[in-house]
Amino acid sequence: MTLPNGWEMVVGLEVHTELRTTTKMFCGCANAFGAAPNTHVCPVCLGLPGSLPVLNVRAVDLAMAIGLALHSRIGFSTFHRKNYFYPDMPKDFQISQYDLPINSGGYLDLPDGSQVTIERAHLEEDTGKTTHLGASGRIHGADRSLVDYNRSGVPLVEIVSGPDIRSSTQARLYASELRGILIATGASDGRMEEGSMRIDANVSVRKSGAPFGTRCEIKNLNSLRSLVRAIDFEALRQSELLDEGGVVRQETRHWDDAVGATSTMRVKEEAEDYRYFREPDLVDLDPDVAWQERIRAALGPMPAERRRALLDRLSEPTPSQLDALEVVIDLGLDDYVVAALNGGVDDALAIARAANEIAADVEHRDNLTSDAFVSTLRMESSGNLSATQAKTVLAELLANGGDPSSIAKAKGFEQLSSDSLGATVATLIDEHPDEWTRYREGDEKLAQFFIGQVMKVTKGQANGKAVIAELQSRR
Amino acid sequence: MATPLRREDVAKVAKLARLALSDSELDMFTEQLGQILEHANDIAALKLDDVVATAHPYGLINVVRDDVLIPCLPVEDVLAMAPDAEDGRFAVPRILGEAP
Amino acid sequence: MKSAREIVQDVKGGATTASAELEHSLEAIRARNEELNVFVHIDEDDARAIARNVDERVAKGEDPGALAGVPIALKDNLCRIGVPTTAGSRILEGWKPPYSATVVDLLLAAGAVPVGTTNMDEFAMGSSTETSYYGPTRNPLDPSRVPGGSSGGSAAAVAASMTPVSLGSDTGGSIRQPAALCGVVGVKPTYGLVSRYGLIAFASSLDQIGPFASNVTDAALVLEAIAGHDPRDSTSLPEVSPSLVAGIEAGVAGKRVGLVRELIEGADPEVLAAVERAADVLRDAGATVVELSIPECRLGLSAYYLIAPAEASSNLARYDGVRYGLRVDAQDVSAMNEATRTLGFGAEVKRRIMLGTYALSAGYYDAYYGQALKVRTQMIDAFRSAYREADLLLGATAPSVAFRFGEKTSNPLAMYLSDVFTIPTNLAGDPAISVPFGTGEAGLPVGVQLLGPGRSEGQLLAAARVLERARES
Repeated sequence: MTLPNGWEMVVGLEVHTELRTTTKMFCGCANAFGAAPNTHVCPVCLGLPGSLPVLNVRAVDLAMAIGLALHSRIGFSTFHRKNYFYPDMPKDFQISQYDLPINSGGYLDLPDGSQVTIERAHLEEDTGKTTHLGASGRIHGADRSLVDYNRSGVPLVEIVSGPDIRSSTQARLYASELRGILIATGASDGRMEEGSMRIDANVSVRKSGAPFGTRCEIKNLNSLRSLVRAIDFEALRQSELLDEGGVVRQETRHWDDAVGATSTMRVKEEAEDYRYFREPDLVDLDPDVAWQERIRAALGPMPAERRRALLDRLSEPTPSQLDALEVVIDLGLDDYVVAALNGGVDDALAIARAANEIAADVEHRDNLTSDAFVSTLRMESSGNLSATQAKTVLAELLANGGDPSSIAKAKGFEQLSSDSLGATVATLIDEHPDEWTRYREGDEKLAQFFIGQVMKVTKGQANGKAVIAELQSRR
Repeated sequence: MATPLRREDVAKVAKLARLALSDSELDMFTEQLGQILEHANDIAALKLDDVVATAHPYGLINVVRDDVLIPCLPVEDVLAMAPDAEDGRFAVPRILGEAP
Repeated sequence: MKSAREIVQDVKGGATTASAELEHSLEAIRARNEELNVFVHIDEDDARAIARNVDERVAKGEDPGALAGVPIALKDNLCRIGVPTTAGSRILEGWKPPYSATVVDLLLAAGAVPVGTTNMDEFAMGSSTETSYYGPTRNPLDPSRVPGGSSGGSAAAVAASMTPVSLGSDTGGSIRQPAALCGVVGVKPTYGLVSRYGLIAFASSLDQIGPFASNVTDAALVLEAIAGHDPRDSTSLPEVSPSLVAGIEAGVAGKRVGLVRELIEGADPEVLAAVERAADVLRDAGATVVELSIPECRLGLSAYYLIAPAEASSNLARYDGVRYGLRVDAQDVSAMNEATRTLGFGAEVKRRIMLGTYALSAGYYDAYYGQALKVRTQMIDAFRSAYREADLLLGATAPSVAFRFGEKTSNPLAMYLSDVFTIPTNLAGDPAISVPFGTGEAGLPVGVQLLGPGRSEGQLLAAARVLERARES
């Protein structure tokens, strides 16, 4: 979207990501989504009198991994208390990092060649979850609210970008690339729909080259789509307001996805006085070089590098193959694709089967070895398995593991080859003389017609390439 | 040197701390807190630019625990404490604003 | 009443039983608790079950632990599973913790028998036990006077021979000052020596749990049982397991004792005289006594009354009526929070919450809280250099003997001044002990204070034992 009258948007993003630890940040309760309410709570994460926090080392490891992936400086850091009353916060303060975060500075290179600076990436704890009772089911107009503290104390890293983003497209690219990094480091599952990645956007507008304008912070961006829509809406709102001679107030605004608009939540004068001070129940954090190097050594290649590596091996990727490639990168399925390419499998097929079939059951990927994946795809390429059969074999391998040719044999998939396919094709030619004539005269589209008929008769057991070979041999 | 404590300062602080004060309490606390802060002016007035602040008496660092599960509280015990509960959750009267 | 050490010996040796000792204790409590208001909660049957368990272990030939059969009173801010724990506040009235403090687990593991919870200033904010929601505790030695505070109930329990030992907590003098006013021994250990897990927080960077006892050896016995590293408290010192009882008769020969001018100035003449006599006794026992000045101590009170309320204002935010404790219903959640806290907290707690909120608020942080943290640095440095000149320090515990009810309640600053000698060590994080030595006005006890560098509890107890022996002879 281009703003009218030469306005330019200036955007910085604050991305909160829940860390994939086994336990919460300061206690041994499970960090798990979807449990029955208040079943993952203890004196610490309920803020009971007398309870004390102890920092989860895994949260520190993951925060450092994020920092290293973002080229941040890891250093001496402290924890503070951010004090404000809210019923989802058991202690009525949040433990967070303030003036000395674990990761300072850094940058993120985007696929479009641009770079966004990272100001900081710090540790903090999540709050509980409120449900609003009443006609609307939303906070306004609710009669009362219910609180579940299962999420209270789940470790978060907040990644704050510099005000370097100039379009909603770039914002989307940044969020998506960052999400890839969070997944690649093992820090997060990146599931925005479950709230494990949440975004706030700081948006202002200016005339190109002019100083930054007054910014508004937009909350509640729960998908990449709302991020794009909210930023566009807000930038346009501000530029129109300014064009009409109005003034942008510094405020926090709420994005309403259903309405497609932002609205005022809180103006700056109403801002809370958080009374930050050092958390006296926690000690300082100062990871030494050995600790940092241990984390660095365990880091695999990041999405940008992996994307480059795969792109180098694709001849002329179509847009849909590029989309599939992002799924492969996201889910870390590169090894399968690379193994298939090394095994001589067609690149389009390798990427498609990884991005669709493996992705469909990615939780069980450990059951599927690269070798089994490659053999299945080779059987498909050589016509020994139809596409449908190959997909069935992959699904079985993911579910239970095993050997592809034994699975194919057990399912009776190999019987349809050569002779019986030849007989089927011959019968169909007899039944459809007009179509056959047109095909023979050079109408290649009719090949699809015959493939369709063969699939119908064989209930999808035939291989498309093998059908074409049969047709051509009779032309 | 800090400015003397005013009645409106106390009112503001009480609001931040979620305490309601009557007019006479406001007068009393303004006077008493004013005296204490006046006493504290002995340190407010010190020139300590070169001194580092101490938050902990002993400088421990990197105290962490392993990422290992510890049994949680039984949910019945948790909700037994609640002044009001419904549907396995803590119930509160309506919330007027979004979290900051 | 028997000392804790005698009870342990007799219970282990079969000369008495934990159950019999508990009955003595319960009898003493029944005799005076109504008059003195020492205990806020007693469950006799629960205590009897614990005592029986100790006796059964003895009968089976097992070692029931270092505190076998010792009745002990616990300050009302130490959580014990299923036992009402209120920190002297209405806001926690009837709250039963679903977990126990580390010290409680350690005591039970050592065979001690908790008999009940003792009265205290609300959230440990006070120096007279007058701010408790459950009414004041009276000084057993003169019921018209306060027992000191905030651990007034725990000090009075020992002074009235209701239990031989008890636990309190000390944030700015809350063990040592009531120990002095009640004529018993009280120890504020090194910060981090005893786990704070399960201690209802007042000011986290200052709070420490410690023992009261009628004699120095019993104090050592209890401290030894509760000290040690706890992985549930991030500020717990690593690798601590002090052996304190074994060295209790080590004396002070060859030690350098620093008599600190700022820790006696302004004290009543009898208090001053007691401290001077204590110096003589230590000198006679082979120590050299030097006079020292630590001017930073004069800034302690101001620094403390900014740091402690600041931390408290945050620690006490959780009492909001949402999850546990008192709730006063209102139209919306903010109004409910406010109504609950307004009714649930007493005036002193409100005063300190507001003071701390102010000290941390935008525009005042640097002038107040920030400055106080820097003064704390100076205090630590000052004590560190004092400990280069002396092995331990000597001063008064409180400026006067026990004062009368209401004497200081109308003037908070005057009340705060009763902690002027005890506060500096809390800021420094170092240990200190108050031991009864001599008497003052109306024949009431005076406490002298011995201070040492971090983890010097053994040396402090040995020095206190020297003063105790001189008192006995």
